[in-house]
Amino acid sequence: MTGAYHDHSRARGNRPAAPATNTGPIDFGRRVAVLRLLGGRLSLRFDLRSLVTGVILLLSTAMIGAVSLASGKFPIPLADVFRALHGTAGDNIRMVVVEWRLPRLLLAFLLGAALGLSGAIFQSLTRNPLGSPDIIGFSAGTYTGALAVLLIFSGGYYETAAGALAGGIITAAAVYLLAYHGGAQSFRLIVVGIGISALLGALNAWMIRQADLQVAMSAAIWGAGSLNGLAFEQVWPVLLMLALIVPCLLILARPMRQLELGDDAAMSSGIHANRLRLMLMICGVALTAIVTAAAGPIAFVSLAAPQIARRVTRLAGVALIPSALVGGLLLTTADWAAQHAFGVQLPVGVMTVSIGGLYFLWLLLREARQ
Amino acid sequence: MITQVVEQPGADPAGHPASVLPAAHRPCGASTSQLRLQRLALLALSAAILIVFCIISLLVGARPVAFSTAFDALFAYDPVSAEHIVIRDYRLPRTLLGLLCGAAFGVSGALIQVATRNPLADPGILGVNAGAAFFVTLAVGLFGFHAVSSHLWFAFLGAITVTLLVYAVGSRGRDGATPVRLVLSGVALSAVLGGIGSSITLLDPVAFDSLRLWSIGSLAGRNIDVVVTVAPFIIFGLVLSVCIAPSLNVVALGDDPSRALGANLVRTRILVVIAVTLLAGAATAAAGPIGFVGLMVPHVVRWLTGPDQRRIIPFTILCSPILLLAADITGRLVLFPGELEAGIVTAFIGAPVLVALARRTRASGI
Amino acid sequence: MTGGHDSAKGKLEAQGVTLRYDARTIAENLSVVIPDGSFTVIVGPNACGKSTLLRALSRLLVPSAGQVILDGKAIAGYPSKQVARTVGLLPQTSIAPDGITVADLVSRGRYPHQSFFRQWSQEDEVAVASAMAATQTTELSNRPVDELSGGQRQRVWVAMVLAQQTPILLLDEPTTFLDIAHQIELLNLCQDLNAAGRTIVAVLHDLNHACRYATNIIAMKDGTVIAEGPPAAIMTEKLVEDVFGLRCMIIEDPVSGTPLIVPKSGK
Repeated sequence: MTGAYHDHSRARGNRPAAPATNTGPIDFGRRVAVLRLLGGRLSLRFDLRSLVTGVILLLSTAMIGAVSLASGKFPIPLADVFRALHGTAGDNIRMVVVEWRLPRLLLAFLLGAALGLSGAIFQSLTRNPLGSPDIIGFSAGTYTGALAVLLIFSGGYYETAAGALAGGIITAAAVYLLAYHGGAQSFRLIVVGIGISALLGALNAWMIRQADLQVAMSAAIWGAGSLNGLAFEQVWPVLLMLALIVPCLLILARPMRQLELGDDAAMSSGIHANRLRLMLMICGVALTAIVTAAAGPIAFVSLAAPQIARRVTRLAGVALIPSALVGGLLLTTADWAAQHAFGVQLPVGVMTVSIGGLYFLWLLLREARQ
Repeated sequence: MITQVVEQPGADPAGHPASVLPAAHRPCGASTSQLRLQRLALLALSAAILIVFCIISLLVGARPVAFSTAFDALFAYDPVSAEHIVIRDYRLPRTLLGLLCGAAFGVSGALIQVATRNPLADPGILGVNAGAAFFVTLAVGLFGFHAVSSHLWFAFLGAITVTLLVYAVGSRGRDGATPVRLVLSGVALSAVLGGIGSSITLLDPVAFDSLRLWSIGSLAGRNIDVVVTVAPFIIFGLVLSVCIAPSLNVVALGDDPSRALGANLVRTRILVVIAVTLLAGAATAAAGPIGFVGLMVPHVVRWLTGPDQRRIIPFTILCSPILLLAADITGRLVLFPGELEAGIVTAFIGAPVLVALARRTRASGI
Repeated sequence: MTGGHDSAKGKLEAQGVTLRYDARTIAENLSVVIPDGSFTVIVGPNACGKSTLLRALSRLLVPSAGQVILDGKAIAGYPSKQVARTVGLLPQTSIAPDGITVADLVSRGRYPHQSFFRQWSQEDEVAVASAMAATQTTELSNRPVDELSGGQRQRVWVAMVLAQQTPILLLDEPTTFLDIAHQIELLNLCQDLNAAGRTIVAVLHDLNHACRYATNIIAMKDGTVIAEGPPAAIMTEKLVEDVFGLRCMIIEDPVSGTPLIVPKSGK
C-alpha cells in the first residue's frame, strides 16, 4: 500500500474514530435479561415480555385445565380435583379425574402445542401468514387416507390413524419431489402444494358424496378432529414422539430465525439453507402427523397460534415456544367448550375454528385501534 | 448470458426477488410489434378454443346430439323434439353458466391475488365461500328451506354480507385495508362461520346431506332462470374488472410506490372488493364453490402474458371458462351415461397442468 | 501499492471457476485473487457477473467447474460456520422480519459465533455495540427496521455484517440507497476497517469512489476480468471505454490525487 493514498484519505478532517467500543447495555427496544454462567460458557438472552407472556399462558392453561377436570357429567369440586391429582382422593373421584379426564386434557395441551409448533415452522419457512403444512398438501392427503380407510375398509381408530398417516406422508413427499428441481424453491413448493391439495380435496368431496349418509357423517366428524374417547393409551405415543421432535426443534430454532433474513444472508452466516428447510419441513410434517393420527386433522390451530403468539409477545418473525403455548391453550379451551358449552359433545375442531377465529378477529380489531 | 434484468413488481411473498424474465421480456430480439402480434394470435387462439368447447358442451352428454340438430334447436326451435328440449332447457343454460361462472371465478381470483399480493389467495379468502355456505346451512338447518332454487339467493346474500364484513374488519385502523390484514380477517371470519356451520351440519343429517352436495360445485341441473338471475351481476363485475386493470398494475408495485405514483389505493381496493363480491358471489351462488378456477387460471395466464394486468384480465376471461367447460364436458363422459360434477373434474384437470407449469417455470411474480 | 503486490498471495481466490444459474452461464474459467489486506473494488457494467463472483467467493453459489480457495484449501471443504467467521457478505437483497428492531437484527450477525449454549456472550454484546457505533445506528437501536428510511436500513444491514467480525468482508453494492454524505461515510468506514487489517471486497458502481478508496481494482466485462491492479496503474481512458463503452477524460482528483473520471459529453 503506497503512502500517498493513505495520507490523503487520512486528511479528511474530524470524522469519528472508527469502531468505538461502546460497552453500555444495548437498547433492543424491549426489555431483555441476559444470563451468563460457567465463565461465559453458557449464555442466553431472554425477552422479558415473552417470558411473562409464556408464564401467563401456562397459568391460564392450568386454570382451564383445572376447570375441565372438575366439570362433566359428574361435577367434582376443585379441591377434590387437586386431591385426586395428589393421590389422596377416593377411588371413584380418582378414576373420574385421573383416568377419564386427565388423559384428554393432557392430549389437548400436547396436540395443541404440536400444532402451534408446526404452524410456526411453516409460516417462518414460507414467510407467509397463510403458510401451514396444508400448503404441501399434508392435510388433504391425511383426509384422503382416512376416508379411504373409513369408507372402503370400514376401519377403526388405529386403522384410520394409519391410513391418515400414510396418506399425509405420501402426499407431502410427492409434493416435495414434484417441486424439487435443483433445490426446493419455496414458491414452486407452494404452487405444487396448492395443485395437489385441490386435487385431493375434490377426491375427498366426491368420496363423501358417494358414501352412505351415516358413514359420511362419521367421516366428517373425524375430519373435524375430535378428542372424544381418548385415554392414556393414546397419550404415551404422543409424548414419546414429542420428546423426540421438540429437542431437535429447539436446536433448529436459531438457524430457522436466521433463514428468515433471506437465503443469501442466512447462507453467508453459515447455514445450509436447503438442508435446513428440509429438516424443518420434516419436523413440521411429523408434528402435524402426530396430531392427525391421534385426533384427526384439527383445523386452524396451526394457522392462528403463531399469529396470535406474535401479537401477544410482539416479537419479530415467528417464535416457536410462544406459538406452542398459545396452541396448547387454544386447544385446551376449545376442548372444554366442545364438551360442555352447548349441552352436546361437538368435535373439538369445530370449536378451535370458532374460538380461535373469534379471538383472532378481536386481536385484529384491537390492533387496528392502536 | 443474461443481458437484461427486468425487475418485476413485487417480490413474491415467499421472499424470492422476482427478477425472473416474463415471457414477453425475454431478450430474444423480437420487436414490440412482433410481440403484439404474437399476443393477439394467442388471444384469438384462446377465443377459438373457447368457442369449440361451447359447441362441444352443447353436443355431448347422456343423449349425444348432432351439430345440425343443435343448430336447429337454437335457431329453429321445435318444441316437440326431445333433442331440441334437451339443448334448450339443459345444455344451453349449462353452457352459458359455464361461460359466465368460469369467467367470474377466474377474474375474481386474478383480482384478489394482485390486490392482496398473495399468490395463495383465491376468492374464498375474502369469505365468499364461507359466507355462501354458512347462509345455505342456515337456510337448510334452521329455516328448513330444502329447495335447491332457494339456495341461490341465500348463497348470494351470504357471499355479499360476509365479504363486506371481512372488508370492514380488514380496513379498520391507520393503514386501512392492507393486503395482510385483509387476508387474515378473511381467514378468521371464514373460520368462525365454518365452525358454527359445521356444528349445525354435524348435528343435523338433513343439512349435512344438502351441504355435501352443494359444496362440490356443479353446472348441472340449473335452468335458464338461474343464468338470467346471475348474468347481470357477473357481466357488471367483468366490465368493472377490465376498467380497474390499469390501476391494479400500480397497486401490484406495493403500497408506498403506488401512492408515490399517485394511485388512489383506497378507491382501487374498494372497487376490487365490489368486483370480487359480485363475481365470486354470483358464481358461487349459481354453481357452488369451484374456487380452484380462480386460484389456478391467473397463475397460468401470468406465465403466458407476463405481469401486466391489462393483459391478464382479458386472457383470464377467456381461459377460465375453457377450464370450467372442459371439466364439465369431461365429467359427462368419464362416468357415461352418469356424470361427475364439474367441481371435482376441474381440480383433476387443472392440478396436473399447474404442477407441470410450476416445474417448467422458475417462478412468477404477481 | 506497487508491483510487488501483483503476485501477492491472497487468502481468498477463485481458480478457473465457471459460474452459472441453471442453464445461463455467467462466467467461464474465471480466476481472481483477492490480495490480503487490500481494499478491492470490483467494477463493471450491469450484469457483467460482479455480484455472481461475490456470491461464489462467499460460497453462496457453487461453481460448476473450478474452485474457490480459502487459506489454501477449497472453501467447500470447510465447516460452513467456520467460513462464516472468516468471510462476511452483505447481499444485495435481504429480508427484515416484520417488526424486528435494529439491535435485534444486528445481533443476528453474530450467528456464526454462537452455539446452542452460547447464545449471547460478552463478545457478542461488544461486537454488536461497536458495529452499531461504527455505522452510527446506535441511536436507532430500539427502532423497528420497517420504520427506517432506505439509507438508515442499509446502514443497519452493514452493521449486521460488521457484527459478524470477519477478517474478509464482501459488500455487494453497499452504497445503494445512501445519500452522498452517508456513501462517503460508509466508504471511510470501510477504509478504516481496511487500515485495521481487514480485507475488503466491494462491488461499486461509482468509478470515482472506486478510484479514491480502492487499493486494488478488478474491472470486469461479460464474465471476464479485463484489468486488475491499483487504480492509478490501470484506470485509463481506454479501459473505461472498453469496459463501459463510455468516452471520458481522466484527470487527477484535486483532493486525493487519485484518478478522476470525467465523462465526455455526446457520442
